[in-house]
Amino acid sequence: MNKKQLLLFIIPTLVAVMLLILLLLGRSGIAVLDPQGLIAQKERGLITIGSFLALLIVVPVFILTFFIAYKYREGNEKAKYTPDQDHNLLLEIAWWAIPCAIIFILAAITWVSSHQLDPFKPLTSSTKPITIQVVALEWRWLFIYPQQNIATLDYVEFPQNTPVDFEITSDAPMNSFWIPSLGGQIYAMNGMTTQLHLLANGVGTYNGSSANISGAGFSEMKFIAQSSTEQEFDAWVRQVKDSSNPLTLAKYDQISKPTINTGQILFSSVDKNLYHDIVYKYLIPTNSELKKYNSSGKY
Amino acid sequence: MNIFGRLTLSAFVHDPVQMGGVAVMTMGMLCAAALITYLKRWKWLWREWLTSLDHKKIGVMYLVVALVMLLRAGSDAAMMRTQQAISVGANSGFLSANHFQQIFTAHGTIMIFFVAMGLIFAIFNLAIPLQIGSRDVAFPFLNSVSFWLYAAGVVLINLSLIVGSFAATGWLAYPPLSELKYSPGVGVDYWIWSLQIAGIGSLLSGINFFTTIIKMRAPGMTLMKMPMFIWSVLGSLVLIIFAFPILTATLGMLALDRTLGMHFFTSGFGGNVMMYVNLIWAWGHPEVYILILPAFGIFSEVVPVFSQKRLFGYTSMVLAIIAITILSFIVWLHHFFTMGAGADVNAFFGIMTMIIAIPTGVKVFNWLFTMYGGRIRFTTPMLWFLGFVVTFTIGGAAGVLMAVPAIDFQVHNSLFLVAHFHTMIVGGVVFGFFAGITYWFPKIFGFKLNERLGRYAFWCWFVGFLTAFLPLYVLGLMGATRRLDHYSASTGWQGLFIVAGIGAGIIALGVFFQVLQLLVSIKDRDKNRDTTGDPWNGRTLEWSTPSPAPFYNFAVIPEVYERDAFWDMKHRKKNEKKHYEDITLPKNTPMGMFIALGAFLFGFGIIWHMWWLAIVGFIGIVILAVARSLEENTEYTVPAMEVERLEKERLAKNG
Repeated sequence: MNKKQLLLFIIPTLVAVMLLILLLLGRSGIAVLDPQGLIAQKERGLITIGSFLALLIVVPVFILTFFIAYKYREGNEKAKYTPDQDHNLLLEIAWWAIPCAIIFILAAITWVSSHQLDPFKPLTSSTKPITIQVVALEWRWLFIYPQQNIATLDYVEFPQNTPVDFEITSDAPMNSFWIPSLGGQIYAMNGMTTQLHLLANGVGTYNGSSANISGAGFSEMKFIAQSSTEQEFDAWVRQVKDSSNPLTLAKYDQISKPTINTGQILFSSVDKNLYHDIVYKYLIPTNSELKKYNSSGKY
Repeated sequence: MNIFGRLTLSAFVHDPVQMGGVAVMTMGMLCAAALITYLKRWKWLWREWLTSLDHKKIGVMYLVVALVMLLRAGSDAAMMRTQQAISVGANSGFLSANHFQQIFTAHGTIMIFFVAMGLIFAIFNLAIPLQIGSRDVAFPFLNSVSFWLYAAGVVLINLSLIVGSFAATGWLAYPPLSELKYSPGVGVDYWIWSLQIAGIGSLLSGINFFTTIIKMRAPGMTLMKMPMFIWSVLGSLVLIIFAFPILTATLGMLALDRTLGMHFFTSGFGGNVMMYVNLIWAWGHPEVYILILPAFGIFSEVVPVFSQKRLFGYTSMVLAIIAITILSFIVWLHHFFTMGAGADVNAFFGIMTMIIAIPTGVKVFNWLFTMYGGRIRFTTPMLWFLGFVVTFTIGGAAGVLMAVPAIDFQVHNSLFLVAHFHTMIVGGVVFGFFAGITYWFPKIFGFKLNERLGRYAFWCWFVGFLTAFLPLYVLGLMGATRRLDHYSASTGWQGLFIVAGIGAGIIALGVFFQVLQLLVSIKDRDKNRDTTGDPWNGRTLEWSTPSPAPFYNFAVIPEVYERDAFWDMKHRKKNEKKHYEDITLPKNTPMGMFIALGAFLFGFGIIWHMWWLAIVGFIGIVILAVARSLEENTEYTVPAMEVERLEKERLAKNG
């Protein structure tokens, strides 16, 4: 490898590594690295630790690669040529052992963090949690507030510093519920409920997305997550309740039909059993029962 | 009942962009056909290639088809990059959502099944028998069947562009989206049957090459004297044999759901979507290692040869391959930590995933210390290797991060994930195969590829790759999910998408140089002819036979005493008199092609509900298979004298 080739290699590689380090230090505008919630913060912490552990391997490998490639190039008579050297017990033990040690540390972190940040695990907080039921539709998100008896489409609001217990299902193809600024995602699937527990640290407006391909309207299936003060949230709930736009079963049949990019809708009340019925309709064995919920009756 | 099933004229009507694709493809085929007619090569093509059972020729056919498919799926990638660079805010780009979804589904499916798998079988065919000192594979006819099943899959998936439509479900077609309820058209059926047919070909090839390696090595080549490429391939083959039946069964169940109204994976009636996701990844994860292990093997050949030094840490390397082979079967759940399996399960699979990084790291260190103390010649294969070390290490670090479930929750299904697996598959598998193709090219065709254009291609690929994929890591962390045909301007993503698009353009320039390299090399073939059979000062047996390798591979089967068998042979310098013997080889037959034609008709019949056609196809396969197995006169013998004559002739020609 001549000097020119060495430079050609090192410059893009350096740019790549620098970019990685800058990412870890910088944060603005990068949702996952600029967390606004308790869970996302812890997840970011893990990304930082993991990246630095990875750099412990990546940087020496790059230095070693370029050093060896340059030094032992054909034509460099100064370097010693040892064509038959093909093993070295100590060295080989070293490079089985060093990655083992790093992976051991990472494995311990993995075990602990998997339990600590299990999406199903409720958060401990002095504030009483709020429950929000989430239904993935074609192609929008329905949020049901069982405690407040309201519902919303493509917009979810909750008070800051309050654990939000999301119960998530789907009445459409499988999807994934993700608010990058607040914390990691979980699948939304027919006939089951998954859980995600998040907490916003302050007031803010965050983008929520559907992260799993779900058909033609997938790209437009987004929602806004608004974290507000307690007073603002209460005022908002009252305002929604006053809007006199109840989510009846008939209305649900209508909104669960495939639609793309229809905007936010707020519902002043919601059928108490709606979420339960949506989950259970996939478990009902007979066609006639299914027809009650969907005119096509094809499941 | 309509004899055309659900096929109507409307299946031929597409939007203008798709019609453009149809036109390009049809023109390409017509041009190829016209060229063959003009050169009067049809008979030659039929006799020398299409009906051939020679593993080298089958390998070349795999290579040609896989590279054409690389261009096809590469154009898909270019369209996706363009769409994502412009489709922001009020602009909705040049592709409809459904068309965009078909494109990324086709891109992923074709790249994995018809490019990467095609390339590995090309390299297996070209290199394995020669490297283990064998005259053929264990089952030459089966090899032809495998290739033609692969080709039938290729035809079927490309036909979906012209007749009907392709799946818009993503390359693994998760139900319930892929079930009748949400995808009632023919798209998913095209997906199922092109993969099913090609997948059975892959399984048969896996068995074939596994048997070849186990049973047909040259005398003296014990397991621990096998070249490292052979060890790597052996790991890959074990994975094929265990994993592909899972794919076949999973696709079969999905097909039953869709065709006969069953409920394996439907949402209601007791179907279980999560079972599909588990099964498809129980195949899908080993598949990743099926692809990467042979690439590791190629680097294990390239690095010692061009460092002019023995491979460092052979035993460590073997242990690492075995470890990777076993571990790759117990990590599949890391593809869906977000399904809610619970902390214990997630943590187990996360930790298993990280553990794979250990043997992989060991391999990298061993390659680096193979170079240490060597005399490194920086030919293009070596550049591909160094490029691989850079990209693969970055991608591997990202992979280890994603192995932590709590981190995965924040990057799953985002462009971070897309960047990660492209770093592994492009930076690992594709770079590996480019190195391998350059390395073995003279053995197959008798002349070397142009070095200068090869270097240009490499630099374009390397720089283009980093430009195209590093922004995707950042976009993923910004919350950009994969498979978006449109996003709003407020996200601030457009700049990075444009950079990624520029990167794709630089890669396209690299591809241009590769096409140019091939043409220039063919034009200048007399200048770059390899008359020695050993253009790189090689170490393994394939370099002991002339280039291009004769149809019987070895006039005399070599004997192996050492690991680097040919290196050892060169240094031993024993001038034994060659003793020639009769060589028995398989006769050409078009039966493999006919069986695959049956499979194609069967698949096409089911896709379009032309049941009679499916029955004809199926009965055809059975009759042909029985007829072939009753045929006794399938081999011919080259007498020892004829071998001697051919060898002398060659010696006289090459001096």
